[in-house]
Amino acid sequence: MAVLTMKFKPMLFLMIIAFSCLLSGCNEGNKLSLSERTIIYCSEGSPETFNPQLSISGTTTDATSKQIYNSLIAYKGKSNTLGPSLAKSWHVTRDGKKITFYLRQDVSFHDTSYFTPTRLFNADDVIFSFNRVLDKGHSFHSVSGGQYPFFESVKFDELVEKVEKINEFTVRFILKRNDSSFLANLATDYAVILSEEYGKQLVLKNTQHDIDILPIGTGPFKLKDYRVGSLIRFYRHDSYWQEKAKVEQLVYDISPSKTSRLTKLLAQECDVSSYPIAHEKIAERNDLILESITSLNVGYFGFNTNKEPFNNKKVRQAISLAINKNALIETVYQGQAVRAKSILPETSWAYDSKTPELGYDPVRAKRLLDDAGYGQGFTMDIWAMPLQRAYNPNAITMAKLIQADLKKIGVKVKIISYEWSTFLRRLTRGEHQSFLLGWTADHPDPDNFFTPMLSCSSSDKGSNVTFWCNQEYDQLLQKALKTTNMSKRKSYYAKAMVIINEEMPLLPIAHSKRFQARGADVQGDILEHFGGISFVNVAKKAVIINSEEKNIKVLSQSLTADKVKN
Amino acid sequence: MLTFTLRRLSLFLFTMLVLTLLSFSLSFLFPGDTVINHSGQINATETELVELNNSYQMDKNIFSQYTAYLKNILNGEFGQSMASQSPISGEILKLLPATIELSLVALLIAMLVGIPLGFIAAINHNKTSDNAILSLAMIGYSIPVFWLGLLAILLFSIGLGWLPSAGQISLVFEIEFVTGIQFIDILLSDSPYKWQAFRDASAHILLPACVIAVAPATIFIRLSRASMIDVLAASYIRAARAKGLSFPQIIFRHAIRNALIKIIRHVGLQFANLVTIAMVTEVIFSWPGIGRWLIDSIYQRDYTAIQSGLLVLSCFIFIIHILIDFIYAALNPLARGNNYGS
Repeated sequence: MAVLTMKFKPMLFLMIIAFSCLLSGCNEGNKLSLSERTIIYCSEGSPETFNPQLSISGTTTDATSKQIYNSLIAYKGKSNTLGPSLAKSWHVTRDGKKITFYLRQDVSFHDTSYFTPTRLFNADDVIFSFNRVLDKGHSFHSVSGGQYPFFESVKFDELVEKVEKINEFTVRFILKRNDSSFLANLATDYAVILSEEYGKQLVLKNTQHDIDILPIGTGPFKLKDYRVGSLIRFYRHDSYWQEKAKVEQLVYDISPSKTSRLTKLLAQECDVSSYPIAHEKIAERNDLILESITSLNVGYFGFNTNKEPFNNKKVRQAISLAINKNALIETVYQGQAVRAKSILPETSWAYDSKTPELGYDPVRAKRLLDDAGYGQGFTMDIWAMPLQRAYNPNAITMAKLIQADLKKIGVKVKIISYEWSTFLRRLTRGEHQSFLLGWTADHPDPDNFFTPMLSCSSSDKGSNVTFWCNQEYDQLLQKALKTTNMSKRKSYYAKAMVIINEEMPLLPIAHSKRFQARGADVQGDILEHFGGISFVNVAKKAVIINSEEKNIKVLSQSLTADKVKN
Repeated sequence: MLTFTLRRLSLFLFTMLVLTLLSFSLSFLFPGDTVINHSGQINATETELVELNNSYQMDKNIFSQYTAYLKNILNGEFGQSMASQSPISGEILKLLPATIELSLVALLIAMLVGIPLGFIAAINHNKTSDNAILSLAMIGYSIPVFWLGLLAILLFSIGLGWLPSAGQISLVFEIEFVTGIQFIDILLSDSPYKWQAFRDASAHILLPACVIAVAPATIFIRLSRASMIDVLAASYIRAARAKGLSFPQIIFRHAIRNALIKIIRHVGLQFANLVTIAMVTEVIFSWPGIGRWLIDSIYQRDYTAIQSGLLVLSCFIFIIHILIDFIYAALNPLARGNNYGS
């Protein structure tokens, strides 16, 4: 018996193979279309939740905000101007305290295996979504922990008095004070609109927790399946209110390992890969495209303006002039960043291209030091942050390079680093002379750079550790916040940038870039100009079908040959 | 045959007892609270803790603790994973089939390649082809699997782009979980893309299965070569030759059949070896099997998962051994006289 089976096994196996090839051969045409209709995205991690209100992690917002949800208003185009989304228009009263949104009337929520909507999107959904964050007594406020980190960081509850329903499709926000960054906050990835009807249904079932695990939104994709640490599968939302997504299926292949993302990309197992490594290898292959976008962040070298000798403007300028920023970007960022000319990235609408840059000029630096009375040089400390951030991947190396640069003008540098929490604590106490740090913006509004980094009020609160306080600069920021006229705001911020580059409380070094790689057959923008990703416009180019057809022909020929033999 | 069966059963029972004793003692050896190591409930509330202590009889002596632990295991209660907080039995049931599938395909490849090559080597004993096959086997046996796996990915996935490098199936396909054995699930599913999925799954399993198969294949080569040389030297072969049978007749009618019977037993022994290799390979090829899960649990210090995973895996391998013993005994009457298990 054994001998028999042993002899038959190979034959059986061959038959199975032949059989499967035969049957799969018949369906050759569909295979192409199925993978053509699907985008596989190799993402870097599992989302913590499917509700971006609850998290500021990039991985979470990448997986949810632009895919599952929409917000009331959105950033449009390269210049990041605010445009309509779920609200087709809005009106701000003259005092800036009442903002009325007129909602679209044709927006439908996802229809999934766990929820079937019976009505279209309306004012109740907006009120539900914002009251969940604002109202501590709301039935969903404390579901999933009750922490809304983005809204807490911008002090949303101190700003918004209440949200009112005017009629079925009109909502009014009443603010306690005028703040022009309010609209910017509403357009972020975090201010998404949830379904009130779904919420009600979950209350009835007593499964409130599901609202953040099995999400319902208005976005271009709906959740089909999620396996922690493995994959997220989205289907297209077929009754999406805008032009619907071009692919039917979107799969996030969760691959935390950098090398496995690269391998999958090279082996064409994923169409798009987040944060790829080996940029040169990708760039040299013509079936892959490497793309990047400048992130809204800045890595900088700051001075403690309360301490000798950096209370002297000339010393700050001299040190800044002596630092070769291009070399830092080459070495520390390995070219994955753009040189910062000001604290605001050039991609921001408020950036003024005429902003003067100090540049690299060691000779002038030496002269300035002489003028300031430090001709014979001095010794200073640089505090380098101990961990990696996109805006500064290696602060210690950067500090060493600066050390070498400053040696040329006769300044000796001691590099100091502490464990992160100690580092921050000692910085806020002002024990440092100079430091390497950075800032990542929460939203593209320029105020998010100017106020927290350098205003007088933030030097008290501890986010401005240069302790630089300039009344003129602060007044410009106040004026810019009070007006909604974009060109006026832009001119105020331009003046503020000139002041910074003159006073040099800090030297902006670089804005890091976010990289992404994709197969050459994937078309459409994925990286958004202000950060985040969206797959709604992505499609796959048709692949040449000829080679597949050939295979079928060969197969059918061999089949006929077999028949003849029989 | 009855004594044979009873012997195997008692061996099984005692080995299982030792194994459970080991995994039970691990809970005491691992850092942390014993009952939490047993159950994996790191966020247990006061009342839950009382319940757990009760169920594991933590207030009684060590012997009743052990019997309580055994009772829990026999009821399929392996506790829950400390990392994911889901029941371990469920996770194992999801992952074990994938490992079995991979190991079986690898075993099949190893047998299909190894045994014929060994026979060829034996027939051409001391000739060039024999030496070539033997040195090939030596090389194959010496290559570490983690290195071979990476090399295979580099060559076949990245360089040539022929085969995928990770996972069981392209994520494009949605296959519902029924048995966990991907091929069966595909055949059971009612997806219109069934056959493409089948082909895709075959492409995915090929590379890891071949990498795993290398080491056992070389062992099969040496085993089948040795057993074939033995058989060819036997007097009945000489008798057959004297009768005037042609060479192919001697090989196919007499030699192969007799040589195979000696190999079958080793196939089972190799299976344990195979599963060990598969665990490393699963990590390299991101195969969603129990090996990768176990190694991940070690990284995450998920003591409950390590403990129960080891128990289930060793139990599984042991059952395979016993099964092979039975098959061997059924095929070869001489083996039934072996009273002692090995």
